[in-house]
Amino acid sequence: MENFNRALKFAVKDFYRNKSISISAVFVLTLTILLVTGLFFMHGASSYLINTIQNKIDITAYFEEDAAEQDIISVKNDLQKNFPSIKSVEYVSKEDALNNFLAKHQGDKIFTDALTEVGGNPFLPSLNIITGGDTSQYQQINNALQSNQYSSIIDSVDFSEKKATIDKIFSITRSVNYAGLSIGVILILIALAVVFNTIKLIISGSKEEINTMKLVGASNWFIKAPFIIEGGLFGLVAFIISFLVTVLATFLITGFILVILPGFSLFDYFLSNFFLITLVQLVFGIGLGVVSSLVVVRKYLEV
Amino acid sequence: MIKFKNVTKIYPANSPDENPITVLEEVSFEVNNGEFVSIVGKSGAGKTTLIKMILGLETPTSGEVIFDGQNISELEGDSLQDLRKRIGGIYQDYRLLENKTVFENVAYILEIEGRNNAEIEVQVPKVLEAIGLHEKINNFPVQLSGGEQQRLAIARAIINHPDVVIADEPTGNLDPYNTYEVISILEKINKVGRTVILATHDKDIVNKLGKRVITIEEGRVIRDEPRGRFII
Repeated sequence: MENFNRALKFAVKDFYRNKSISISAVFVLTLTILLVTGLFFMHGASSYLINTIQNKIDITAYFEEDAAEQDIISVKNDLQKNFPSIKSVEYVSKEDALNNFLAKHQGDKIFTDALTEVGGNPFLPSLNIITGGDTSQYQQINNALQSNQYSSIIDSVDFSEKKATIDKIFSITRSVNYAGLSIGVILILIALAVVFNTIKLIISGSKEEINTMKLVGASNWFIKAPFIIEGGLFGLVAFIISFLVTVLATFLITGFILVILPGFSLFDYFLSNFFLITLVQLVFGIGLGVVSSLVVVRKYLEV
Repeated sequence: MIKFKNVTKIYPANSPDENPITVLEEVSFEVNNGEFVSIVGKSGAGKTTLIKMILGLETPTSGEVIFDGQNISELEGDSLQDLRKRIGGIYQDYRLLENKTVFENVAYILEIEGRNNAEIEVQVPKVLEAIGLHEKINNFPVQLSGGEQQRLAIARAIINHPDVVIADEPTGNLDPYNTYEVISILEKINKVGRTVILATHDKDIVNKLGKRVITIEEGRVIRDEPRGRFII
């Protein structure tokens, strides 16, 4: 314990005595933590965007005009039971469909005249189905709806008309996910390399000192420990700065993000992922500082 | 205490065009407890290699260097570090810890031995006072003169009462006044029973000391006299 206290004392003193070096290390680590945090928020925003787009994709099953409401509800229940990936199934009755149409085209003479020309309510009752999956799931639902079981009450399913659009949207969102992941990994690797080299430069300045410590009989642990703890201190200070910057930045730019991405509150996203984001920042900060110091100081210990 | 048995050190050639360099050749001598031994020779004679072997920084190509019955080249890890704790080193370039104060440089030796803080708080100022550095206890090495830095190195070398004090060209960077001071301190260390090994090419120092002198020339011991003089 006394040895640990001594190592801690050495580390804290070195941290204060080599201010410019400490500031450089903390700066680089802070940038890395903020980069990782930024990627985390980007992932949150892109997931929200993708989710919003995917939620706009649906297929609609149109029922025969005389299909009984309870039969339609029964189909809805079957679907929800057989396809757990279904996010929502909305029943739209003939009357609802007409009202929706009228509300949407209120005051548009062409549409109201067309409706008068057709006479009565030309709309069919329907089920609007949204799944959490990709095209193949819509395909499966379409197959189920087109089966003999429901042929007597279902007029048509609009899957084939929408298939190309669904394919395209899923392909784009998949590409966005992969691109985001690849860019994130590349940026993190670059940041890791910068942090490692900064710590390497800092410790290489102490190479002579490490040699002297070995020469006077200090054990490897006694030499290593202060450098490792100092690396941890760099990380801890970087974490505190990053955390404060994150709180402030998310609070300040939430309004701006809401303008370009309606419905996505950055600050709420931060609060709902508070522990995960804090943990990621802490692990990246202290972990990087400690591991980089450990790797570099080991190299210089072979005297 | 320290025994060199037919020690040869050959550095391999750097390229096929060059020949291997023989730094020490069949060197044999023994240093007993409490002795003051000067190892003399011209620059490049092999004095520093010899000192490095005692510290376990170099291993012989053949032969053995024995410290208290232990073959130094067989030691590694903690056992090698334990041996180094028993040797106080004083070097031409001082080898001080630049980021630590005068007090911390000396205290470091006791800290690596696991001594408690109360003991360190008492012992370090005592040694610094004896060496004349007590007023600069909070200074950093860079704030000291050459002579003061070397005195600090001596304080560090003797704080834990090592079995042997090795001084490798300790006066190489000092003026005559500081040279005299450093040598006087080494003599005092020897008088209290410590073994001192001094590697130097300073003729005046060796001749004034009137102690045992081992003369090395081109890697060979050419003279070993109990009250020798520097003759090359």
